[in-house]
Amino acid sequence: MSWTKKHLLDIESLTADEINTVLDTARGFKAVGERAIKKVPALRGKTVVNLFVEPSTRTRISFELAAQRLSADIVNFSAEASSFKKGETLKDTALNLEALNADFIIIRHSASGAPHFLSRVVNAHVINAGDGAHEHPTQALLDAFTIREKKGRIAGLNVTILGDILYSRVARSDIWALTKLGANVTVCGPSTLVPKNFEKMGCKVTHDVDEAIRNADVINLLRIQHERQRATMFPSIGEYTQLFGLNKARFANTRPDALIMHPGPINRGVEIDSEIADCSRSVILEQVTNGLAVRMAVLFLVNGGKTVEEPAK
Amino acid sequence: MPESVVILDATAIQRALTRIAHEVAERNEVSREVVLVGIPALGDHLAMRLGKFLAVIWNHPVPVGILDTTMHRDDLDNRAAPTIHPTEMPFDVNGKTVVLVDDVLFTGRTTRAALDALNDFGRPKKVQLAVLVDRGHRELPIKADFIGKNVPTAGDEKISLLLTEAGAARDEVILKKK
Repeated sequence: MSWTKKHLLDIESLTADEINTVLDTARGFKAVGERAIKKVPALRGKTVVNLFVEPSTRTRISFELAAQRLSADIVNFSAEASSFKKGETLKDTALNLEALNADFIIIRHSASGAPHFLSRVVNAHVINAGDGAHEHPTQALLDAFTIREKKGRIAGLNVTILGDILYSRVARSDIWALTKLGANVTVCGPSTLVPKNFEKMGCKVTHDVDEAIRNADVINLLRIQHERQRATMFPSIGEYTQLFGLNKARFANTRPDALIMHPGPINRGVEIDSEIADCSRSVILEQVTNGLAVRMAVLFLVNGGKTVEEPAK
Repeated sequence: MPESVVILDATAIQRALTRIAHEVAERNEVSREVVLVGIPALGDHLAMRLGKFLAVIWNHPVPVGILDTTMHRDDLDNRAAPTIHPTEMPFDVNGKTVVLVDDVLFTGRTTRAALDALNDFGRPKKVQLAVLVDRGHRELPIKADFIGKNVPTAGDEKISLLLTEAGAARDEVILKKK
């Protein structure tokens, strides 16, 4: 076991050992979710704040359930119904939350680096639930967890991430996590959305979808992030689907045991054919189940971290 | 250099477990009601061994479960998050006599956490505690029903159990002095 970090801000600063610690811990928490009583008292009496300045349902609900299953109290805070509308800064909002003795702040923000900033101004544990196009660490951890569970390993696997890479925080976190764990990562998509400089992160860049998926053990599809793009990134959704969507013809050329993953929300008929999303090789819903376990593990791990000694019997 | 003393060798461990198995059998007349629940990382291996001895004594298999206690510990805020081991409870504990099995009984806090964790699986008829080593220094009103060996220790000494199942070359209980 090796975890001494107070916050989870990004994957880039984690070691392979730390990532594996989260995955191992999550395995135990996944089993808790399968019991009749799904709650454990590990964070009893703690307060968790979901500070979601950018909309989200899946991640917010996942963190909410994770906190509840650890017996923590959770407060949801969304931008639409808050003082952000009245001009309060992120720092002031966070300090107010801390004045209410929040122990954990889970933040989603459209600005890259917002969680890092927050971790410098508050004493609470800060967990990044997605910051702009920068990182979405718990998504990468749950993706790694799902791959490891399904394939038994990560090192040596060919993982292809297909879609809007440029604007995707999931892609960045996935690339960091999977390359640290020894996978061969390929990113693929339209050249406007998959710049060559991603190769600096240790992955392969291609714009040829057939080549990218042919030898893949895992195909991770990403949604087109309309909310972050300019209109000029590619001509039309129809063209994207035709050139890069995972349709039946392309699916037939994948390895028979290739996993199909997607962080959601999926756009059926755009980046993925509806039947493929529901096929037996698709683990999209298992990713959601695993996300809950991984988020429990993250809350549990950042709560500790003061010393490294073993417990007294 | 810390001084290490072997306080139980492989034969002594085997003998202690055999005796504990007979004591469990003597205490519990209705053998079909008894299930063993080991506390990881080493109590689960000891529970498997006890289960084999009891199966011979009773002439029927004895169910063995594994119960992780880390999520119920009371010291989670004070140190690095502990390793979580898988819990496997392949039986219904309601109405059963659960014999908790651990390697070393020290402060009693692990046992308390185990009692809480067990609650989440139902309401056993009885809970008993079997430990290979009782080293004293209890911080809670907890007492073992079956003890392999009582070892008086100083608070800062360390007792470690090595088991072949956990990758050790041979079974041993070692006392490390400061």
